[in-house]
Amino acid sequence: MNRRGFLVSGMASAAIFALPNVALALNESQASALVQKVVNDINKVIASGKSVSSMIRDFEKIFVKYADVPNIARSTLGVSARSASKSQLNAYTKAFQGYLSRKYGKRFEEFKGGEIIIKDARPLKRFYEVRTQAKLKGQSPFDVNFMVSDKTGRAKFFDMKIEGISLLVTEREEIGAMLDKRNGNIDLLIKDLKKSG
Amino acid sequence: MPVFHRIPHVLVLLSALAVTACASDSAVSSKGVYDPHEAENRGTHQFNKDVDTYVVSPLSDGYGTAIPEGVRDGVSRFSSHLGLPNDIFNNLFQGELDTAAQNTGRFLLNTVVGFGGVFDPASDIGLERVQADFGQTLHVWGAAEGPYVEMPFFGPSTSRDVVGFGVDLVLDPFFVVARDPQRYIGAVAYIVDSFGKRYKYDATIDSILYESEDSYVQARSLYLQNRRYELGLDATDLYVDVYEDLYEDF
Repeated sequence: MNRRGFLVSGMASAAIFALPNVALALNESQASALVQKVVNDINKVIASGKSVSSMIRDFEKIFVKYADVPNIARSTLGVSARSASKSQLNAYTKAFQGYLSRKYGKRFEEFKGGEIIIKDARPLKRFYEVRTQAKLKGQSPFDVNFMVSDKTGRAKFFDMKIEGISLLVTEREEIGAMLDKRNGNIDLLIKDLKKSG
Repeated sequence: MPVFHRIPHVLVLLSALAVTACASDSAVSSKGVYDPHEAENRGTHQFNKDVDTYVVSPLSDGYGTAIPEGVRDGVSRFSSHLGLPNDIFNNLFQGELDTAAQNTGRFLLNTVVGFGGVFDPASDIGLERVQADFGQTLHVWGAAEGPYVEMPFFGPSTSRDVVGFGVDLVLDPFFVVARDPQRYIGAVAYIVDSFGKRYKYDATIDSILYESEDSYVQARSLYLQNRRYELGLDATDLYVDVYEDLYEDF
């Protein structure tokens, strides 16, 4: 091997070691374990019989703990995320997580007496899809799937799909519509988002 | 007479095929939104919203409050039961023999033991309803989704599914076989059950129609995502990867 070839292959292997998260360090059982924790924590909140406002607070904690909130928030901004400043992104992330917790947390009562069963996990592109089934009182069972990645260094979910309806896609549309109405003004969006949901 | 009765149905079927054959030449897309008639659709959406605000929502509240849940659920099961013959036909059109057998078993059992479908003993032994429609059949036969369409009263659809909806309406075996006036029982049950569903899913529907920034965009997005999932479209391009932007950094 000549010197040049050695350098190139050395650089290539260095590059591989520098990218620990690009290869799937996560496996199916770890991805499922994360979703199991989410489901357990949510079930505990529902069973607690607390008021809606404290359920919303608990839901926000679960969301922050198990979901990759900063990247979900960033993604819902679309291309506008690229021109936003770091402090705008941080303020938006906070506002977004509160909005999402209120919007979905207040619907928690509908899950009373229901259960979620984990079916399986499968690798897709650069993440895992963990498939679960929700059974609620008086409704036919429906699919709830979680997309899990360890891109941030820890296993977190970055999307949830209910019968194919993605939280990420839906909120990208909603936030996109809000931005359009505010002529792309992120500060105004943040201000209004704090009151929405 | 019955023979004459069927001729228009065959014509509908043939014209449906002709229409979707044309439709399949246009953009085939499993991702994103193809909505060239957005302006008209938005008009229809506003109409549907008004119908909901002033007619459907108040009537649903009345129905939900006046009629006990048990009775409403019975109406819902009965309406769903009357849809089974049409499910079975579409199962057969799609070559899904197992599913057709399951729906047929369910139909027989619930007709006899479930008092005409008001009760649902079949689900207890695993004979769940597998819904099918002619829009889905057209998809299985290779028709493309076509442009997004919002139908008056019935809401979000696509050009393919509008054709399917029309075919289901006209070819519905229950409607074709039953005599007047019993053939309209299915339609009546469907309408009454729609009020029941509007009442049951009140919080969800209100959040889409009245609490979102742009209810047209939300309804369109939710419909397309859910419909594609139902049709088993599972291509990885249907998944959004939040890290896509970040990969570029490496």
